[in-house]
Amino acid sequence: MSVKTDLTETKFNELEAYMETIPVKKGELIRVLHKAQGIFGYLPEEVQKYVAKKMNVSTAKVFGVVSFYSYFTMKPKGEHDIAICLGTACYVRGAEKILDAIKRETGIEVGETSADGKFSITGLRCVGACGLAPVVMVNDKVYGRLTADMIKGIIDNYR
Amino acid sequence: MANYNTHVLVCGGTGCISAESDLIIENIEKQLVEEGMADSVQVLKTGCFGFCEKGPIVKILPDNTFYVQVTPDDATELVKEHIVKGRKVERLLFTDPETKEKVSDSKNMDFYKKQLRIALRNCGIIDPDKIEDYIARDGYSALGKVLTEMTQDELIDIMKASGLRGRGGGGFPTGLKWNFAKGYASDQKYVICNADEGDPGAFMDRSILEGDPHSIVEAMAINGYAIGATIGKVYIRAEYPLAIKRLEKAIDDAREYGLLGEDIMGTGFNFDIDLTYGAGAFVCGEETALIHSMEGERGEPTTKPPFPAESGYWGKPTNVNNVETFANVPVIILKGADWFASIGSEKSKGTKVFALAGKINNVGLIEVPMGTTLREVIYDIGGGIKDGKKFKSVQTGGPSGGCLTAKDLDTPIDYDNLIAKGSMMGSGGMIVMDEDDCMVSVAKFYLQFTEEESCGKCTPCRVGTKRLSELLELITEGKGEMKHLDELKHLSRVIKDTALCGLGQTAPNPVLSTMEAFADEYLAHIKDGKCPAGQCKNLLEYKVLEDKCIGCTACARVCPVNCISGEVKKLHVIDQSACIKCGACMDKCKFDAIIKQ
Repeated sequence: MSVKTDLTETKFNELEAYMETIPVKKGELIRVLHKAQGIFGYLPEEVQKYVAKKMNVSTAKVFGVVSFYSYFTMKPKGEHDIAICLGTACYVRGAEKILDAIKRETGIEVGETSADGKFSITGLRCVGACGLAPVVMVNDKVYGRLTADMIKGIIDNYR
Repeated sequence: MANYNTHVLVCGGTGCISAESDLIIENIEKQLVEEGMADSVQVLKTGCFGFCEKGPIVKILPDNTFYVQVTPDDATELVKEHIVKGRKVERLLFTDPETKEKVSDSKNMDFYKKQLRIALRNCGIIDPDKIEDYIARDGYSALGKVLTEMTQDELIDIMKASGLRGRGGGGFPTGLKWNFAKGYASDQKYVICNADEGDPGAFMDRSILEGDPHSIVEAMAINGYAIGATIGKVYIRAEYPLAIKRLEKAIDDAREYGLLGEDIMGTGFNFDIDLTYGAGAFVCGEETALIHSMEGERGEPTTKPPFPAESGYWGKPTNVNNVETFANVPVIILKGADWFASIGSEKSKGTKVFALAGKINNVGLIEVPMGTTLREVIYDIGGGIKDGKKFKSVQTGGPSGGCLTAKDLDTPIDYDNLIAKGSMMGSGGMIVMDEDDCMVSVAKFYLQFTEEESCGKCTPCRVGTKRLSELLELITEGKGEMKHLDELKHLSRVIKDTALCGLGQTAPNPVLSTMEAFADEYLAHIKDGKCPAGQCKNLLEYKVLEDKCIGCTACARVCPVNCISGEVKKLHVIDQSACIKCGACMDKCKFDAIIKQ
């Protein structure tokens, strides 16, 4: 996974091609935004304006929807996204301590991306792997049954 | 076609896949080829077995041998020993924690003995990607029966008589809901499956979708026939990629077999299903909010009436049912309403799936008849509390529910009993807590969740949940005052009475139930400035015990902020002003020389 911060024309063309496959635009804003985030990696103002124009709705409406749902992000994620499960099962098995350790190692907070673009931290609701609690996912790899002292070793793998 | 005499079932649920079950399958298959047995042994990737604590699970049929915590490296031995030589691999069998004996047949495990699997009937048994497997287990025969033998009214009567109630949390009778939607005439009606499982710590819907997607497809078509709808939609979390993949395959296969689409089974009935992705908003579990989200809007709820059965998706009559509710439908049709109604308690029929998690030995997915007691669930099935600690509380109903305590252990679990105890069934999350869990912090955890998930439309919820979580924050920081308790109670009542939808109306439940059951804990925080569970950082100190510290320096080396000083073989001291209370030193110390107080 690389940092998709560049808003290239190719990407806009890809999005446009996708939107053309949807015959009736009514009610399809969230579907289009899912696709857009898949292409760009995040939804900055430029992309939201573009979607609004193409869908023939106001930018305010697009922003309203983007800011409402936690899945949509307006900031680019890091090269390695560290997603920590903050569901109840992980919480009672010590997710807070794990999160503290991740913050200490990376120097960033939940929802932030490190200055070098290497890491970002995302808080997840429930991964559904409660048997492995507490759980952290780096990119798509799942690390379970964690203790705080294991965090440094895991993050070092990605430096 | 190969004639298999042995079947190897490997769990392909999210939990086990996270622990490399895909690689286990690959390795087993490789080894089978090497032994020349690929034609007589079939390896199946199934849905969740439920026993997630000991995953990945591998089960070998016909002798029903249940292997736990299998790693990819164990594959060779499993094939060589069990399959080739017929000898069980002892070290991978489950050990009964009480008798310390190895149990090879899952039927003899306490975890499964008290369970009754209706909604989960196919999970861990069939390959969810193979429609033939589902059909071999009576799949789609309920749909066939309905379409060829029943009128809409006869079908709805069966649903009513079965006593099935909505499993998403509300507990509304399913038959009635269907009847309402049938009653409204319209050129188009919709069936929606709510698969936006948002309760943190609950994963039953995802397990059903991953383990038995066809049961949902079949039930939605039955619902469509009952109310006269031809379009079904599944509103599913985008965070569930595996469930999405399996459901999409199930829909495609059903279409190919003529079980979805035009003129199903030659009966003239048309019904088709597509997916709509959610984007992460807890409030979208509320049906009006869910419908707005499906229309591409912000998922904000609207007042009811009108109910979706009258005016739902694009203003048309719509039935919204939860995944687990749907999973029960085909069985009810095949086995009859009387059979279903004979299971469970007086007002809650059938079974309920629970996601058992937290400080319990057997974390996993279980299904028990309604009316089973909490004690049976936690001690018999769940295997008791982890690390021999003391049971403190069990939280049901997620952020809308409450905490039950030791005195409630013998309460039979059903919709009405849980409400009477100040909690609720919810979607089936069951989080077990022990003596180390601070109940004020737990209440704060849930309130921070609802505060963040409040859609902001109505003031009581938007502002009220924020104020509640601020008050709880003060108490956990040691800045609480007695008047804050009255404020918490008063504010909770106001929110309950005035919030627009279920999310807001139930948001204060975690506060009220913990204040009632654990009043002394709130008082200890406020009056004594102590957190009895030792969890609230501002209210505790880590200390090195003079008589126990041998000066091994382990704590000083592990401390992330270097606030522990001391020379080798001499007493170490923690600098309280620099300590961030992470507890790493206490975890590291082998001599119990560090305490928190």
